Amino acid sequence: MQLSVNGQSRDLELDNRTTLLDALREHLGLIGSKKGCDHGQCGACTVLLDGRRTNACLVLAVTCAGREVATIEGLAGPDGLHPVQQAFVEHDGFQCGYCTPGQIMSAVGMLEEFERGWPSAVTGEVQPAGLTAPEIRERMSGNLCRCGAYVGILAALTDVASRS
Amino acid sequence: MTAITTRAVGSSPTRIEGTAKVTGAARYSTEQDHLGDVAYLWPVPATIAKGRVEAVDSDAVAGLPGVLAVLTPDNAPRLETPDDAELAVLQDHEVSYRGQFVAAVVATSLETAREAAASLHITYAEVPHDSELTENHPKLSKPEKVNPAFPTDTEDGDVDAALAAAAVTVDATYRTPPVHNNPMEPHASLAVWLGHELTLYDSLQGAFAAQQALAKLFALPPASVHVINEHVGGGFGSKGTVRLGAVLAAMAAREVGRPVKVVLGRQHMFTVVGYRTPTIQRVRLGADADGQLTAIEHAAIEQTSTVLEFAEQTTVATRIMYAAGSRRTSHRLAALDVPTPRWMRAPGECPGMFALESAMDELAVATGVDPVEIRIRNEPDVEPESGKPFSSRNLVACLREGAERFGWAARDPRPGVRRDGRWLVGTGVAASTYPSYVGPSTASAAAEPGGGFVVRISAADIGTGARTVLTQIAADALRVRVEEVRVEIGDSSFGQAALAGGSMGTASWGWAVTRAGERLRAALDEHGGDGRLEVHVDTAEEVKARTGFAYHAFGAQYAEARVDLDTGEVRVPRLLGVFGVGRIVNPRTARSQLIGGMTMGLSMALHEEGVLDPAFGDYVNHDFAGYHVAAAADVADIDAVWVDEQDEHVNPLGVKGIGEIGIVGTAAAVANAVFHATGVRVRDLPIRLDKLLGGLPG
Amino acid sequence: MKPFRYARPGGVAEAVRSGAEQPGSRFLAGGTNLVDLMKLGVERPDLVVDVGGLGLDEIVVDSGGGLRIGANVRNSDLAVHPAVRRELPMLSQALLSGASGQLRNQATAAGNLLQRTRCVYFQDVSKPCNKREPGSGCPARQGDHRNLAVLGGSAACIATHPSDFAVALAAADAEVAVTGPAGERTLRLDELYLLPGEHPERETSLAPGDLITAIVVPPLPFGTTSAYRKVRDRASYAFAVASVAAAIDVTDGVVRDVRIALGAVAPKPWRAHRAEDALRGLEPTASAFRAAVEAELSVAEPLPDNAFKLPLTANVVVSVLSDLTGASR
Repeated sequence: MQLSVNGQSRDLELDNRTTLLDALREHLGLIGSKKGCDHGQCGACTVLLDGRRTNACLVLAVTCAGREVATIEGLAGPDGLHPVQQAFVEHDGFQCGYCTPGQIMSAVGMLEEFERGWPSAVTGEVQPAGLTAPEIRERMSGNLCRCGAYVGILAALTDVASRS
Repeated sequence: MTAITTRAVGSSPTRIEGTAKVTGAARYSTEQDHLGDVAYLWPVPATIAKGRVEAVDSDAVAGLPGVLAVLTPDNAPRLETPDDAELAVLQDHEVSYRGQFVAAVVATSLETAREAAASLHITYAEVPHDSELTENHPKLSKPEKVNPAFPTDTEDGDVDAALAAAAVTVDATYRTPPVHNNPMEPHASLAVWLGHELTLYDSLQGAFAAQQALAKLFALPPASVHVINEHVGGGFGSKGTVRLGAVLAAMAAREVGRPVKVVLGRQHMFTVVGYRTPTIQRVRLGADADGQLTAIEHAAIEQTSTVLEFAEQTTVATRIMYAAGSRRTSHRLAALDVPTPRWMRAPGECPGMFALESAMDELAVATGVDPVEIRIRNEPDVEPESGKPFSSRNLVACLREGAERFGWAARDPRPGVRRDGRWLVGTGVAASTYPSYVGPSTASAAAEPGGGFVVRISAADIGTGARTVLTQIAADALRVRVEEVRVEIGDSSFGQAALAGGSMGTASWGWAVTRAGERLRAALDEHGGDGRLEVHVDTAEEVKARTGFAYHAFGAQYAEARVDLDTGEVRVPRLLGVFGVGRIVNPRTARSQLIGGMTMGLSMALHEEGVLDPAFGDYVNHDFAGYHVAAAADVADIDAVWVDEQDEHVNPLGVKGIGEIGIVGTAAAVANAVFHATGVRVRDLPIRLDKLLGGLPG
Repeated sequence: MKPFRYARPGGVAEAVRSGAEQPGSRFLAGGTNLVDLMKLGVERPDLVVDVGGLGLDEIVVDSGGGLRIGANVRNSDLAVHPAVRRELPMLSQALLSGASGQLRNQATAAGNLLQRTRCVYFQDVSKPCNKREPGSGCPARQGDHRNLAVLGGSAACIATHPSDFAVALAAADAEVAVTGPAGERTLRLDELYLLPGEHPERETSLAPGDLITAIVVPPLPFGTTSAYRKVRDRASYAFAVASVAAAIDVTDGVVRDVRIALGAVAPKPWRAHRAEDALRGLEPTASAFRAAVEAELSVAEPLPDNAFKLPLTANVVVSVLSDLTGASR
């Protein structure tokens, strides 16, 4: 099958059972997407699928033909790190770093969702007024961090949100 | 010891591997792509809690396309007897706990290995098991020592007489559940044989110790085993020593003649890699009417497996915390048919201080003395049991600084009286402590031909910032800028070094790196500066000579808790830690590490519990949906600060470990705040809504 | 995961045919639960019929305020739809309180309704479970049942339905449109879900090949006065330990109509008809709300570790209805 990853079409011969996450990690050498639980319970495998943040561990790769996958490896541009990546470094938004690519991809998707006016569980109104700390925390709760870097992650994303 | 003039130490560079980690370029353990065709191993966990493997029907899966090998107790290669009995994987037919690995399938793909393992039929001879720790369990006995080498019991003065005579007493039993380390990167091993040389890429807190253990198991000279742990996705104690996945990988790779990956599933992480033992702790305090302690008794009950004895040092912090006329501490252990508990972040201090610091809060309530003041009143002049002076101790300063920052002075001590809408609000405090260990280490330093310096040490950066702080330390020792220094870690070939455990990394490695840097600087100064110079150091003698003081870090944690009147849901909007932890090498990474410990402490307070089903003998909620760890929405305003603390006795850098103290005391601070909010004293963690609901005011 | 054949039908009819002809087939949409269960070995389909490409992803708001939600509408698209936010807040709130941002982007409306219980015994193939393996036994009564059913369970099974969305739909009197081998039909939610009785393996009235194509929510004039409240052990990204969806119409100082559904207490979203009946015509007071929900819960059969769900659920019902009506407490 063909899988389009970070704008490049890749040819692959895959078992029907292979998840998108395993296709990336074990077949394409794209190890940036991490496997923390393999059941959609931690968010370490978060990628953008057709522009939306998704847990790659719960997607069968065979269903991804014709869809666009974006992973952490494709995030930084020719001019350097993406603003979210840069903010994670500056605000120490990680320790061991294993959940980090998933956090960052989730954050990129989350910021885009906010831009579209999507509410969250803590939004009282029809649409959210601003990306407050409670909003960021709720929206990022699908990405577990065992080192406890949530405080740094919040600082990083607050910084990014204030600049955009 | 002489003080070192610092420049880089104390500054806050961002993490050296930061860019690699945020771009996904950092390679963890098995994420190597230069090894050609690798095979995948998937283990088969026992489905009984006790008994024997009678037969493994290997033939039914051995012929499946893609299956390369089925390893069973019958055919697995024999290993030398390990020091760690958990590493004797597939060496006999005994089943000692449910989930223990009893077979494994190696295949050309992960999917095939996993499905073949799932369909492997195993016949067991099952015998009755006993997996439930109880207060009066008949198997409770006195271990010879507790981890790593503390006396099991201590007694000082006449506790019974003091309790009988005390104006005020507290007598309470506290329980902590099994808690699972769950680093985000599961244990993962990739083994490659080249002739009789083994290379292992693994997720470990110490490569050198792993090298030694594997060499022994496979009867190889240590030089024939090479262990690499360049990036490690967390460990929290569970990767302190090599785990059985590495043994399976090495075994299988030799059997099938190609590299083999073993990446544990999250479910396996609840059984075979260790966890924090459950505890049942009785604390009795006696005090005069002013809250001056006259007696402390702390008796802990805990479990181990029948595979090996791991006795957690649950009450050791009680031996050093407070002045009291009399004191008694003890540990009793039951070897049950359960997975083997091991180290988890601050083993001993963490559960032990939940009990002691909850009891101190109960004493404050009973005497009417402010919880901060009662701790200050019981501050000892010297380490209570040993009589040794503290190398430094700033608990009182931390309590006072925290009280000031947190706004403690205005606190109304009455429980259950503050409301904000449908929320009950309260605050609590608890003390923290952790020993300042140090271990011998070797390091090398060399001037590079093209300029700059390279320092090599078999350290591990499990998220602590070790790579970064060691670079700062090396730069100062070499008297150069950090940009001129490259520190290489995560490789057993760099020689013996302390592991990233016991909060002793920076103290131990930093000591060796300092000496290496100093020696290279001296040699360069002597030899004129150019040329290929390399020096090697070993701190064993120096470290052994450290004596005469009690070495501990201390801290104070303040929590605000809000409890929903309708549901009993608990939120912690504020958590502040103030620590006396010696010199801070990198404020940026230090703050993260302390906050990280507190975050895990919050998670322990509110969420974490391995739920045992005694009928099966395992922890049934074995995934991240069933076993909750704190998510972003649970973590509000957590901050960590430190008081100025110069300690010239603890080690040449004057640093104390900060990896574990952050989790010590957090759960008690939260529980004390919940009591203040609601009037309900929760003595068994986690503090879940069902434990509060019945006691809330209507 | 067992090897399986993968089919991507070109239309609903083809999908239904594939599903009906092949015993042991499963429809795959978002996959967030099916793939999870296939990894655990709980689901072992021979054929996976990918219905993700069939469209069925439109939300149609009719002039009366009713909704027709395509089966493949992603949870997040439905949750953030302005009409849903305004007209039926409980539906949006239920969806947004479920799972995570990632999972809501992937999971579909119909898939959400058909997700399976998170009972730990159901999910662990090394243990008995009457739902997964009829007749094998249920260890939950003696074992871990803290989050299992207090209503509607049976001796064979006390699994809870884990969906938040379905609870709000139950309160809204929603129906599902089904296309099956015999044609199209609609089912009310209480016709879709079966209580376990002696056959916990039968969770719905859907037959092989039956494909949910849409969820139909009739107009609810007082839907704007609705809310969903979820109580859980973690502030986010956790299944409910209790939840309530409610809508209420107070006219001239009395409850003219009310809808209440309870989550995490039963094998299906639990419509609290008894409580609703008790409330109609009464003044909306906290004590009336409490009496009504207690009447509903009087038939509950709690076990030692889930008995807390009764006072908890009662409190949440009182809280939600008081907030919606401004009743003092």
